[in-house]
Amino acid sequence: MKAFVLLHAKAMPLALANVDTDQIIPARYLGLDRADQVKALFRDLRFCPRGELIAAFPMNQERFAGAKILVAYRNFGCGSSRENAVSTLLDNGFECVIAPSFGDIFYNNCFQNGMLPVVLDGHRVSKLIDLLTNDKELMIDVDLNEQSVRFPDGSMDHFEIDTFRKDCLLKGIDAIDLTLSYISEIDAYERDHFIERQWQS
Amino acid sequence: MEHQRPNTLFDKVWDRHVVHHRLDGYQLLYVDRHLLHDGSSEGFARLQRRGMTIRRPNLSLATPDHFNSTASASLIAIQDPHKRSLVERLRDNAKREAIVHFAIGEIEQGIAHVVGPEQGFTLPGTTVVCGDSHTATHGALGALAFGIGSSEVSHVMATQTLWQRKPKAMKVSVEGALQSGVYAKDIVLRIIAELGAGGGVGHVIEYAGSTIRSLSIEARLTICNMSIEAGARAGMIAPDDVTFDYLTDRPRVPQGESWEKALRYWRTLKSDDEAVFSKELRLDASSIQPMVTWGTSPEDCIGINEKIPVPESFSSTDKRQACERALAYMDLLGGKPISTVAIDRVFIGSCTNSRIEDLRVAASIAKGRKVTVPAWVVPGSGLVKREAEAEGLDRIFRDAGFEWRQPGCSMCVGMNGDVGYRGERIVSTSNRNFMGRQGAGVRTHLASPATAVACAVLGRIASVEQLRGH
Repeated sequence: MKAFVLLHAKAMPLALANVDTDQIIPARYLGLDRADQVKALFRDLRFCPRGELIAAFPMNQERFAGAKILVAYRNFGCGSSRENAVSTLLDNGFECVIAPSFGDIFYNNCFQNGMLPVVLDGHRVSKLIDLLTNDKELMIDVDLNEQSVRFPDGSMDHFEIDTFRKDCLLKGIDAIDLTLSYISEIDAYERDHFIERQWQS
Repeated sequence: MEHQRPNTLFDKVWDRHVVHHRLDGYQLLYVDRHLLHDGSSEGFARLQRRGMTIRRPNLSLATPDHFNSTASASLIAIQDPHKRSLVERLRDNAKREAIVHFAIGEIEQGIAHVVGPEQGFTLPGTTVVCGDSHTATHGALGALAFGIGSSEVSHVMATQTLWQRKPKAMKVSVEGALQSGVYAKDIVLRIIAELGAGGGVGHVIEYAGSTIRSLSIEARLTICNMSIEAGARAGMIAPDDVTFDYLTDRPRVPQGESWEKALRYWRTLKSDDEAVFSKELRLDASSIQPMVTWGTSPEDCIGINEKIPVPESFSSTDKRQACERALAYMDLLGGKPISTVAIDRVFIGSCTNSRIEDLRVAASIAKGRKVTVPAWVVPGSGLVKREAEAEGLDRIFRDAGFEWRQPGCSMCVGMNGDVGYRGERIVSTSNRNFMGRQGAGVRTHLASPATAVACAVLGRIASVEQLRGH
């Protein structure tokens, strides 16, 4: 897995709450190969039914071209467990999502793919979205080691993240490799588990 | 002897499954049951790329449900060759890994979350995972069940474990008698309206109280199924005699002495009286109305006799904007009674509402009536379908003008091509009214099977009460 350490990048606002994974990538694109899913990111938010671009959608605006940070309102990535929601964001250049809260499964899926989900206070996120929407391009520094988000005006936010997830992301550790180092404990657990609760084996 | 801290049902199941507890708080959790479906091919592919095989094939069960046709129970009926190959891949992977697999056309095939409980594969006190967010369904039997992504699917295949931080426990109590015409679906929609779509994030919900205890397993499955729609990791209900009666003699439950031993353990699976929950919600069952959604999030729901909200009724800017957006997408006017809205189609099915009890309720209302819009019934499994046919329910549905289909996820997610057309308004017994969920531009209203039949007959959003007074 790709590691995440530092990111200095443009941010794009998505002034929506409860963005479900069907909005990130609609189900009708899930049967396709990953390469064919790239263009499906936010498909129904980005395009009119007949295929024209919706100019107001941030991804369709020149000033957000090349953005690697996405900023959205609460409960981002709720709904379906599809990991394609994370991979399609990554394939469109996004490496970090900032929101006041995330859908649990989406949040976990981020860490399996080298994507950093940052939880910031709702007021800070609203301010940031307003700034990005009304003002100008904003370059943001995200430092996982320091657990900080720095803005051009010098202000800084600290974010919380589990040490386990942080270490895995910083080193790009694959969870299966890590778990295989605990295999004797899994063996021992199974021996007791299936003696005690033999009906489950 | 040291006094033991009181535990929740969730604590009891979780704590038994911890293989390793790291100092940083993360825990390696053992997985007892892994359900696989035709959307799991990426999990198999990741495993195979590493040259690994499934650690405990006997703890996995596979059934195609997402991509199969519900017009005909055959592989050849899947017209899209890529989708057909996903169903074939599940069959081939299951064979190679020696996993139990219910093929298209076999009587046991169906929606994974219908099949697991029906087979007795899901048992009280077990941990159950599946690469599908509606895995929470299985918590109705007292299991700890949650959805995972495809990387985690391959992790479970390889190690039979998952790295997790222990979620918090929330209790939702529903007390008292339900009004007539109010069902499990209405209870859970009301709970979601109270908690909000993100209200359960980071929590496992235990549903408790006299109303919940009086429900059948089918109804409990409907409630736990939609825990994810409140953002919760899982939903659970303490197993009781209703649970044990339901499980008795199912194909995959322990037998004889094993059953007796299991039963003794299962009876210990309930929250201690003094157990502490980080969040609690209490509802009076008599206050619950038949519910229907008006917007594009499951939290956007109201009583069927109420009016569609106006944006100004919301206090925060983002909620006002979300309401405006939802009303525009749904082509609805705030302030209008929801039961005046004309509809184009009805779908009865999905892991939320496709079990025998759902079909019995729906048929009892459809009997002797005629639908006025296209309407489908998609049973949750081959066994549900067979049972319904033995009871003559298929005849009742057909006589009323419903289409009687083959088991699968169908129009809940539309991945098999069962989708509506742009602008179509569908009353659906499924679980998500997200934009585009049932097809690009399709407008979904979630409701119970009983309400769905009333809507199909009257051609508008309507309650059973309104149908009877018609």
